[in-house]
Amino acid sequence: MSNKEAWGSRVGLILAMAGNAVGLGNFLRFPVQAVQNGGGAFIIPYLVSFLLMGIPLLWVEWAMGRFGGRYGDHSTPFILDNMTKKKLWKYFGVFGIFTNIGVMAYYTYIESWTLTYTIRSLKGDFLGMDLASVGQVFDKYVDISGGVNFPVLALGAFVITLVINIYILSKGLSGGIEKVAKIAMPILILFGAFLAIMAITMGSTGRCVDCDSHIGLNFLWEPDYSSLKNPMVWLAAAGQIFFTLSVGMGTIQCYSSYVKQKDDIALNAMSAGWMNGFVEIVLGASVVIPIAVGYLGLDWVKENAGFDMAFKTMPYLFDQWGSVLAIIAGVAWFGLLFFAGITSSLAMGTPWMGFVQDEFNWSRKKASWTLGVILFVLALPTIFFYEYGVFEEYDYWTGTVSLVVFALAEVILFAWVFGMDKGWNEITHASDMNVPKIYRPIIKYVTPVFILIIFLASLVKPEGGDWAAAFAGNWKLDKGSIIGNIMHIGVDSSWTTSGKLTKTFFIDMSRLLLLATFAALALMVGHAAKLRNLRKKENDK
Amino acid sequence: MTNSALILMIVVQLSVAFITGYFFYKVLRTPPRQEPDSYSENDDIPSSERADPID
Repeated sequence: MSNKEAWGSRVGLILAMAGNAVGLGNFLRFPVQAVQNGGGAFIIPYLVSFLLMGIPLLWVEWAMGRFGGRYGDHSTPFILDNMTKKKLWKYFGVFGIFTNIGVMAYYTYIESWTLTYTIRSLKGDFLGMDLASVGQVFDKYVDISGGVNFPVLALGAFVITLVINIYILSKGLSGGIEKVAKIAMPILILFGAFLAIMAITMGSTGRCVDCDSHIGLNFLWEPDYSSLKNPMVWLAAAGQIFFTLSVGMGTIQCYSSYVKQKDDIALNAMSAGWMNGFVEIVLGASVVIPIAVGYLGLDWVKENAGFDMAFKTMPYLFDQWGSVLAIIAGVAWFGLLFFAGITSSLAMGTPWMGFVQDEFNWSRKKASWTLGVILFVLALPTIFFYEYGVFEEYDYWTGTVSLVVFALAEVILFAWVFGMDKGWNEITHASDMNVPKIYRPIIKYVTPVFILIIFLASLVKPEGGDWAAAFAGNWKLDKGSIIGNIMHIGVDSSWTTSGKLTKTFFIDMSRLLLLATFAALALMVGHAAKLRNLRKKENDK
Repeated sequence: MTNSALILMIVVQLSVAFITGYFFYKVLRTPPRQEPDSYSENDDIPSSERADPID
């Protein structure tokens, strides 16, 4: 084993783990989800999901990681393998590498947008532009052209961002990732706090009848308890907990596997998990929606709230504050997104690093630059075929479905196969806090059922999310359900039309590419298992 | 803002900020554990001494 990585300090570990969780979603996905799911009522299922699913999964993943580290394992295939005699489990562990590689490929592309936009904001490129022009800048940047995309500048920025990531990864945990987290996290919180204060103190701008940031805040926080009866709101809240905590990915296990056996994980998990919650609920909820409502009104936000607001709308909104503040706010906004992005993408790189260093004795340098090549190849289809839905396809399978599948598998393994007695001992071993005993039955029964419901509901979601009609016998699958996606329900499933390749063709090809990636990783895991057996036999002689 | 929205926002945001601060303060205030005396209690198990998988 050539893997000699270690964390330099406890605070560094917590900031890196919080940085792993804090991502673009904290500032973009959370407020949009809240807007689309009943405003203030969304926070109630969100907090319930955090308590019943998020916290248990955090403890389970931290415990699994430290357990794996005891045996020199730093990636999920062999962490899972060591927890059971059933050899099949290590192939579930492949998800813990596959998900990260798949997500990191397109995530680094978005990260590169934030880097470019930080520089452009600093240069004052958006000063004096109207809303449509700001939107056109983005469309031009990613080369929205109605066909294959060749965004030269964006491609260059992506390569630079990828190289930055790979270089930091090649410097190791304490020399690279931890140093970045210690700088990035405080700056991110500072930038977020500045923008949140600006948004909260903005009030009415007089641009329209309801152009008031307080109306935006009111919409986000007005409790509409009737929406609690809607299962779709609960699903959305539970889904957000998955994304925001980065559970079900394998990154937490990887980071935690470098924690010393004598050190706590329970308090560390809570500190990092709640820090992410702070960034999301306190800062994330107080920036995009209030500022957008302040200048564009509530109706506009309800109709247009989405991920691309970050790039197509925010520069225009900052410009309304005057040129100096516009530059400062632009740098703060895109800078915090870049820091949020890079601390997450670095975490996504570590499972691969741990895997090849452990199993194939690769050096840190070889492991990181190989990852760079894989990511570059995997990212190209998302860049060139952005308009054909390849980007969304990666996000759906690697960043959504895989998370739920792996989280379900790992919690069943931990609570039912490994056993709750040993599992609870792992969580509470060397703990610096009293772990509430109520979490023992929650981890064993509630969390697996919670995740199973999310998975099944996503698998066979009825059309329009109309569960009442579905249970009454009219169960027509929604095109957004997992089965609906696989079967191309509601879309033309042919690969060509009038001699031209269709969107379905590119989507199916991207699925094949992702499947091939998973299969290649599974083969590597199988080969690594054989090498382990050979090494064991040699040592036994 | 309506009173109910304002109250919910303040209660939730203050609670989350307080809990975050409490856990981070606890981390900072907890002294590091002493290194165990024996080698075996301290370090990862070398591959040559790897135990059979736990069932």
